[in-house]
Amino acid sequence: MKLFAPFKIAGRALRRNKMRSLLTMLGIIIGVGSVIASVSITTGATKQVEDKVASLGQNVVTVFSGNFTSGGMRGGWGSAPTLTIEDARAIKNEVGNVVAVSPEVRDREQILANGLNWNTQIQGESPDYPQIRDWDIASGSMFTDGDVRSLGKVAVIGKTVVDQLYGSDDPVGQTLVIRNIPFKVVGVLAAKGFNLFGQDQDDVVLIPYTSHMRRITKRTFVNSIMVQAASKDTINLVQNDINTLLRDRHKSAEPDFTVRSQLELMQMATATTRIMSVLLGAIASVSLIVGGIGIMNIMLVSVTERTREIGIRMAVGARGRDILIQFLIEAVTLSLAGGMVGIALGMISAQIVAATTGWPTITPFAWIGIACVSSAGIGIVSGFYPAWKASRLDPIEALRYE
Amino acid sequence: MQTRPVIELAEIHKVYRTGEVDVHAVRGVSLDILPGEFVAIMGSSGSGKSTLMNMIGCLDRPTGGKYLLDGIDVSTLDRDQRAVIRNDKIGFIFQGFNLLSRTTAQENVEMPMLYNRHRVSAQEQKERARSSLELVGLGKRADHKPNQLSGGQQQRVAIARALVNKPSLLLADEPTGNLDSQTSIEIMGVFQKLNEAGITIVMVTHELDVARFTKRMVVLRDGKIVTDELVRDRMDAAVELGKLKAAQEAVKLA
Ligand SMILES: Nc1ncnc2c1ncn2[C@@H]1O[C@H](COP(=O)(O)OP(=O)(O)O)[C@@H](O)[C@H]1O
Ligand SMILES: [Mg+2]
Repeated sequence: MKLFAPFKIAGRALRRNKMRSLLTMLGIIIGVGSVIASVSITTGATKQVEDKVASLGQNVVTVFSGNFTSGGMRGGWGSAPTLTIEDARAIKNEVGNVVAVSPEVRDREQILANGLNWNTQIQGESPDYPQIRDWDIASGSMFTDGDVRSLGKVAVIGKTVVDQLYGSDDPVGQTLVIRNIPFKVVGVLAAKGFNLFGQDQDDVVLIPYTSHMRRITKRTFVNSIMVQAASKDTINLVQNDINTLLRDRHKSAEPDFTVRSQLELMQMATATTRIMSVLLGAIASVSLIVGGIGIMNIMLVSVTERTREIGIRMAVGARGRDILIQFLIEAVTLSLAGGMVGIALGMISAQIVAATTGWPTITPFAWIGIACVSSAGIGIVSGFYPAWKASRLDPIEALRYE
Repeated sequence: MQTRPVIELAEIHKVYRTGEVDVHAVRGVSLDILPGEFVAIMGSSGSGKSTLMNMIGCLDRPTGGKYLLDGIDVSTLDRDQRAVIRNDKIGFIFQGFNLLSRTTAQENVEMPMLYNRHRVSAQEQKERARSSLELVGLGKRADHKPNQLSGGQQQRVAIARALVNKPSLLLADEPTGNLDSQTSIEIMGVFQKLNEAGITIVMVTHELDVARFTKRMVVLRDGKIVTDELVRDRMDAAVELGKLKAAQEAVKLA
């Protein structure tokens, strides 16, 4: 009873002034609600970005030709003729902790099949490519090292290309014409969806990079080199070693290539959402502080209004700490109830945002706990001074209070 | 062997220090009150009655002298220790009833038990509050709130609250001050009944009519005791009430 009694008293006191209690809670409700809503939205966005980056592949380090920071004419990643097949080979042979390498050559071409045509991305890759990208072959198989050596006229195609050119027919074994050269379709990639930049990753035709460079584009350089590190822990090591190796090989003062790891991409991609969540968090904390001040204000009013009640309680034997606890519990009940309502409202508004905008929202369980603990904390902090004031009242003075 | 007094006041002084002037409200009061006594403290307004009562009731601390309550020196206790004594040994009744508004009689009476040092189960709280209300004749009004009760009934709730922790001492500061004469007599009847059951009562009043229901009269003037004597022509509340009723009947009949 002794433990339970203060809650009973607090509940009764709060119910007595329903409207006032509700208005007091509003600050906390809005504060916690906006924290939960913004955390849900940014967590959902971050998760989505992370999923996209993860769909890039497993422990991927990418070498692009050209350099961001070099001056003069800049054509963007992969445009400068600086990376060669030999570079790719050197990476595979000389850099430790590398499990797979694929030189990449990219080009857009009009392709023909079944009397239909389609404009798509033609990518020259090595047979390691599906492994690096963690990309399954839905039917047929990937081309082989033999195909690379023999400049094989073989292709593995994406889901979108299948839909556009073959419909419901099985394309494996059929012919695909690129720049008047017939390629045999040997495999179909599993559907992968859109990437981080909103591009359809399934709108692609993979052919051996040698075939691409000799038969189609007649180029001697590659756009980029995809490298797979042995593990997540070795990504940075591999990245550094590639940097050292290529700098040594290219012997240029300024590096004419850029090495990016998946981790960096992840960080770059989530930077915006991080800034967003910091901003939203700052706004939410301000409203929580305002809510706390509201509670303190109402508790001070309440202590003054109930001076006589405090005197009566003291006269029948309530000690200072009994009164302190009573008012503290009242403040905590206010803020905690506000917090609960805020959590519910925050989650509901996140759901509404998800339903109307299509952004996925996730409410992390930990944040519900954080919201509960911090609203209780706000109650304690903002209720302490009023409660302390109440506990220090002189019983005789308090009884005489009109 | 003599029984030990419930209250032993020895040269009690109280000086209020309010800014420039000191108010010497109680100037050397010595008084022993034995168990089972029923004492009226009288005096004109400002004579120091309430000040003395507050000290007897451990709401306040004397600035001089020694006060033993049930043999315990309470004149030196701190705030919290005095709160424990109040809870345990003293039942207080006020002129203005001092009930919690919008709270039922039952809950008002249960309230002191919330602050007991020893936990009282919810069930026992209910039962004790109930029997306390029955003792003052309000068993049927337990669920009423103060604003649904008459002044006399409210004061009975306050008496029930004062009794609920079985105190050694019942203190009342002008308990009939807000009541009409008939209700006053009824309340004095309750006090007399409780006193006959063995409860020690000290009551402040400035009405001689009310004081005559008690057993002993102490008169204060300027913070000092000027008279301390037994009540000779003691009145019985039941008899007086009967007389009053008869008089009322007569008026109505006339
Ligand atoms: N808190 C106080 N501060 C200063 N003076 C007080 C206080 N309480 C009472 N007094 C003074 O002490 C004297 C006795 O007051 P009180 O005990 O209330 O008298 P009574 O109850 O007999 O009317 C009065 O002169 C009063 O003004
Ligand atoms: Mg007085």
